[in-house]
Order: sequence, then structure tokens, then C-alpha cells
Amino acid sequence: MSRDHFEHDAAITGIGRSDTGRRLGRSGLDLTVQAARAAVADAGLTMADIDGVVAWPGEYPAAPGFNGPSPWRVKGALDLDLKWHLACQEGPAQLTPIMAAAMAVSAGVARHILVYRTTEESTAQGAGGRVLTNGADQGGVTGSLQWQRPFGAVSAANWLAMNYQRYVHETGARRDQVGWLSVSQRRYAADNPDAVFTEPITIDDYLAARMISEPFCLLDCDVPTDGSIAAVVSAAETAGDAPKVVRIEAIGSAMRNDPGWDQWRHPHDMAAADAARHLWSRTDLRPADVDTAQLYDGFTFLTIMWLESLGFCGYGEAPAFVEGGDNISLTGTLPLNTSGGQLSAGRLHGWGHFYEACLQLRGEAGARQVQGAEVALAAAGGGPHGGALLLTR
Amino acid sequence: MTVPALEPPLPRLTPETEFFWTSGADGRLRIQRCAETGRWFHPPRPDCPPYGTCTPVPTPVSGLGTVYSHTINRQPFLPAITPPYVIAIVELDEQEGLQLMTRIVGCDPESVHIGQRVQVTFEQHGEIHLPFFEPLTTTDEKAPA
Repeated sequence: MSRDHFEHDAAITGIGRSDTGRRLGRSGLDLTVQAARAAVADAGLTMADIDGVVAWPGEYPAAPGFNGPSPWRVKGALDLDLKWHLACQEGPAQLTPIMAAAMAVSAGVARHILVYRTTEESTAQGAGGRVLTNGADQGGVTGSLQWQRPFGAVSAANWLAMNYQRYVHETGARRDQVGWLSVSQRRYAADNPDAVFTEPITIDDYLAARMISEPFCLLDCDVPTDGSIAAVVSAAETAGDAPKVVRIEAIGSAMRNDPGWDQWRHPHDMAAADAARHLWSRTDLRPADVDTAQLYDGFTFLTIMWLESLGFCGYGEAPAFVEGGDNISLTGTLPLNTSGGQLSAGRLHGWGHFYEACLQLRGEAGARQVQGAEVALAAAGGGPHGGALLLTR
Repeated sequence: MTVPALEPPLPRLTPETEFFWTSGADGRLRIQRCAETGRWFHPPRPDCPPYGTCTPVPTPVSGLGTVYSHTINRQPFLPAITPPYVIAIVELDEQEGLQLMTRIVGCDPESVHIGQRVQVTFEQHGEIHLPFFEPLTTTDEKAPA
């Protein structure tokens, strides 16, 4: 056991996903069970082997469809006997369950941990119409949300648009450069049978899309989706029996910058920047060793921010790097968001990125396979939360 | 300002934050300040770093500031606020980095820009006074930080 790199004590032994799409009309628990059974079978295990469950974010007040079922309900649905379970909104963003599960197996608390992220936002928002409501408003907004929501800043689109606007002001970045993320990812999505949007788009389509929160237009924003992704995080010494194992080379989870949506002084002052520094401090690998990156794209600007924070590009250089799409294509220097990302494959809150990274390392990405992929980076989050995983086969 | 027929999401008044949300009753915005060092803090905090030896005091500010960044929201997210409207981060004159999220009102949304000088104005909802900002037309532009 390597005491300073607990993530080396863990391995991802199985992955699974439910049906994913728009307005499936199925419960989050139903989708979770489907993904969980697929992941456990993929690991060559049975439910009797699962002794831990971790989810993000747990059942706290949030917009309808956001949370997914709690570990309590999943335990009941799958008749699990657990030594350990956890769900929390905080932690290193959406990838918290994988990091927490790695800690738990390293500590010997559990051996095979089911981790998942489920959302039923598409169905929930379809029933509620376009107007967004939030359980946190009932009885008055408290906590960090009180500094945003009373001003009509109710969406992450609003909060991050201001980082983007400041970035444009400082770097001279242009929307017709950044928009190539949307165009490129739609190309990838055409080869992903699980993607929500597969019709090709051009940069002109992007520039003609209606504005949401300037400078974000509709095609800068990911799409609410119903679906569940699950995985099994196992103690590394048990992973020899699993048919396909993905190793965790390094985890990035620090938080030093001011944890607010309104207290930043630089467009990249997000927990992601801290997580990126932490990630590279825990490995001898460097950005040039990464064969494919799956970087969070709740909004295009977050991918720009991750590209620069992780060191793939210098500050202000990512828009030119993605412009035209060649650098981030399958034959480019950094095949990026090869599933179509959340912009086209659907918003699974970073878990689509994680799943795609595993598929690429297992050589199972089909027509969008990066040949010989050995090192993949998955990163999720923006604003006050962010986490990153460097994965190897 | 007139009060909209529908209420936007409003803060719950707590012992920590009540001074901030009710401050506009006399037309003044108040921010916590350390009586010893003069340093300003937002959002409210229990004591002064690094040693916590004193408690910051809600203190009136000038209400003047500069647009640090902004966005025109065009999506109808809320029944109470009709788009387009401008959300901004404003840096207050009192201290570099003393900033808060707010709305910019009283002008064409398209005219708002980084570096623009603004002054506080309040929208009342019962005892809550939301601090918004409107363009300040009487002074020169301040260079963005």
C-alpha cells in the first residue's frame, strides 16, 4: 500500500450506464438500478460482493430532477449489505464518489464500492415547463445561494457567464473560436449511440443560436438529460479477477481559491485550478502524456478553463487551440470530449466524461476510439467545486 | 423603485446576514469592517482573520463601485424577473476585491460594460432591501482592475 498515493490502492473494475436521453419518464431509482446492475456485472461481481455505496450529491434541496436517489434508496432497491455509504453535495465536485470510494478501499473500510450519478432533470423540467424553480427558495434562500438568486442569477449559466465575460475582456478571445468546441463535440456525438444530439452543426449555426446569458448562447450550454452512470471501485488487490481494469494514476481535489461564485478575481479562480495543480503534484506524468481528455463542459467556457488550468494550453490560448477543431479531433494532439460531451451527449454531470475515459482506456469507444489510448484525463466541475482524475489502463 | 407583482427568490434573514439585507432601509449599504485594521469583508463572517481577535462591524459604504464583470440574462428563468436583465459583479470603491453579485438597473442592458461606474440603489421587498446598482453618470470611467 502506497501511503502517499491512496488512489493506487484502488481500481475501477466495472462500468455501466442506463438508457440516457430526453424525457425518458422513468424514475431516477429505476435508471440507477439499471446502471448499477450493468456495472457490477461488468466487474464480474454480484450484488453480494458490493459492500459500499457512494453517490453525489445526496438528497438536499435542489432543482427538480437534479439529485438522483440517495444511497439509502439504492441499498434497498438492490438488497445490498453495506459496510459504508456516503453522499454529499460538497467534495471535489461531481467526481467525489470515485475519490471517496478510492479512499475507503485504501483504508480497508470496504472492498467493492458501487458509485453512481443519476439525473432525471429532463423529465422533471419537462413537467415544470421552462421556468426554473428551486427547493432552496422555500422559506428564503440561505447559504451561498443567497448571494446569487435574489439578483436573478439562478443558473450556473449566469454565474459562469461573468467569468467568461471577464476572460473575453482580458484575453480578446472570440466566440467564433470557442464555438468550435460545440461543433467538434457534435461531430464526435454522431459516432456515439448514447448521445442525445447527433445532427451536425456548423460554426454559423453556433453563432446564430439564441442567447441564454451573454456570452453563452444555447449551444454553449449542455442539455438536461435523464440517465445514470455507475461504476465499481475495488481494492486494487482484488482487481486481478476483473475482466477490464482501469487504474487511477492521480487524483486532484484541492481547494484554495475563494469558494464563491462572486468572489473570484481572475476568470480561472475556481476550485478546478486548485484540483489541476494537485493532480500534477501526484504523478510523474505530464499533460503531453495524456492521450485523450474528457473535460467538463456544462458550458463551453469551462472546457476552456480546464484546458488552461490543466496546462494543456497557456492562459488565453485555448480558444485558438480549439478553433477549427483539428487539434481536438481523433487525429489531433488532444482528442477532446470524444463522447460528444455534455453539450451533445447529454448532461450527466461529469459522469459521461468519466465513463468515456474508461471506455477509451478499455479500447471500447468504437468509431471514436483514440488508437492506443493509455492515459486519459477526466475532470468535472466549475466555480467553487472541481475535481480531476488521471486514469490509465 | 417599484416592486414587482411576483417576488424574486428572497434571502432568509439570519443573525449573520440580517444587517446586510435590511441595510437599505435608510438608503445606505453596509458591509462588515474590522474596527482595528479598517479591512472590509463580504460575505459576512464571524470574526476577523487571521487571529479572530475582533468582530467585524457592519459599516456604511459609499455605495459607489465599478462593474468587474457582467452578463445579460436573456432566458426566462424566473416568473418575477422579465429578461433581459443584467447581472453583474461590482467592486466597491472602499477596497480592491471588495465585491458582490448584483443587478445593474436603470439603463439599457446593452450599455453595461466592464469598468463602468455604478452606484447603489435598493429594491424593497418588505424588510428586505436588495442592493442593485445603476450607472453613475457624474464621474469619469475608472480603469478596470
